[in-house]
Amino acid sequence: MHPAPSVIIFSTLSGLGFGLLFWLGFGMPGPTGLTAFIFFAIAYLLAVGGLLASTFHLGHPERAIKAFSQWQTSWLSREAWCAVSALVIMAIYGAGLVFFSTRIAVLGVVGAVLSLGTVGTTSMIYAQLKTVPRWHHWSTPAMFLTTSLGGGALLAGQLRFALPLLAIAGAVQLYYWISGDSRLRDSGTTLASATGLKGGSIRAFEPPHTGTNYLLREFVFVVGRKHSHNLRAIGLGLGFGLPILLMILPFHHVLAGLAVISHVAGVFATRWLFFAEAEHVVGLYYGKRTA
Amino acid sequence: MTQLPTATQKKLGLVIDLDTCVGCHACVVSCKGWNTENYGAPLSDQDPYGADPSGTFLNRVHSYEVQPDEGHAQLVHFPKSCLHCEDAPCVTVCPTGASYKRVEDGIVLVNESDCIGCGLCAWACPYGAREMDVAEKVMKKCTLCVDRIYNDNLPEVDRVPACVRTCPAGARHFGDLGDPDSEVSQLVAERGGFDLMPEMGTKPVNQYLPPRPRDAEPEYDILAPYLEPVADTAKGFAGWLDKALSALPGGR
Repeated sequence: MHPAPSVIIFSTLSGLGFGLLFWLGFGMPGPTGLTAFIFFAIAYLLAVGGLLASTFHLGHPERAIKAFSQWQTSWLSREAWCAVSALVIMAIYGAGLVFFSTRIAVLGVVGAVLSLGTVGTTSMIYAQLKTVPRWHHWSTPAMFLTTSLGGGALLAGQLRFALPLLAIAGAVQLYYWISGDSRLRDSGTTLASATGLKGGSIRAFEPPHTGTNYLLREFVFVVGRKHSHNLRAIGLGLGFGLPILLMILPFHHVLAGLAVISHVAGVFATRWLFFAEAEHVVGLYYGKRTA
Repeated sequence: MTQLPTATQKKLGLVIDLDTCVGCHACVVSCKGWNTENYGAPLSDQDPYGADPSGTFLNRVHSYEVQPDEGHAQLVHFPKSCLHCEDAPCVTVCPTGASYKRVEDGIVLVNESDCIGCGLCAWACPYGAREMDVAEKVMKKCTLCVDRIYNDNLPEVDRVPACVRTCPAGARHFGDLGDPDSEVSQLVAERGGFDLMPEMGTKPVNQYLPPRPRDAEPEYDILAPYLEPVADTAKGFAGWLDKALSALPGGR
């Protein structure tokens, strides 16, 4: 799949922002006044900033309101509902903390669940797609959710949760990669099943056109194996390894800030790979997949 | 609504004969022509006369080579457009309800004024049947020429999809695949029509007919029968002469 910057920025930043809102909703930490304002401002900048970035990949963002209508079948519509209701409820909850020093616990918990639900529905947009075997697996939502929870805990300063959660998130990420590498092959979808042709080995002889097209630009993106390995190491190291190491060291605000920056950079790398490495089966028709 | 109908009254679709298709791309051209001038936004081209042309097409023809273990390779031309699946994954993923499957005939359509151009339906389609138009930024797909097949302003012979009407080889057939007695259903039964990517569970309505196996080439010489002697044993005067000459010394 084409690694569109808008979607990578969205999933990285919103994942982190909603992760932070999750912890704030449970009162971990439970600041009031100006400190609460700063925490909520960071969470909203990340979550809303990411959501805004995602609208850049829409052809007609002015009609985005219509995306709320099909929640019964569409994960994208459910994501829209979750995101907006989480942001509205957390805004009321946050206003209580900032202006009235009051924690309305029920709102916080509901908002926290909706925040995590937003990350979950985002991940299901990808995991539901049979056409991308690498994504069509439980490890996709597991990876999105653990990364968001771990990153959110890190940003919320909940080190006793952040440490184990980031370790789990790193392990899930690794499992997602290793198990994902053979998923297209194991899916049973090949050029033979795509064309239904029998009686010998099949190869794409001529494409339908001499130039490129939307399908090739959007769905056929090939990453070199060497690049992929390097980026995986960078993503795992920066996203999870280094932040864990920095958290083990004696606490200092500079180290905590470094841990957050390193985590965000690492997650960007993993999310770029998430799209770039995903093989859409339509590539088979163009002879672009070796499976 | 993006909820799929439990059943449709008809299952209109295409039957594509891979044995007959000659790969001329006439269906591609007629499809682009009709659908650029009629239903919905035109199918745009980018840099059409330049170095890097590309454009929106609802129907494309691939060519594949099948190499058997022994013997010559077979070239198969393979037109591909929307299969109007019964269980269309492109419809259910749509967040706005722009994509829908019609109850009356099973055609999958996009209401372009509701499309936000998120592209998720194209991600969900395993066949590459949907393409985002770069100029209009809405999703385009085969409409089964819904604006031809019910069009009373056209002569009856033209009330079929443009690709079917134009195919010079008769490789494309249009009809109701939900009716087992229709010509297209009979053709599918007779020729062993099949689904593309059946493992995806999309239950495509469009069917493909397999290429027939190549005729085995018998070994014979086309001129040999004409060069064989007309008579092996001579009769009458020629027979007496042959015998008499053979009896002479040095005869055979």
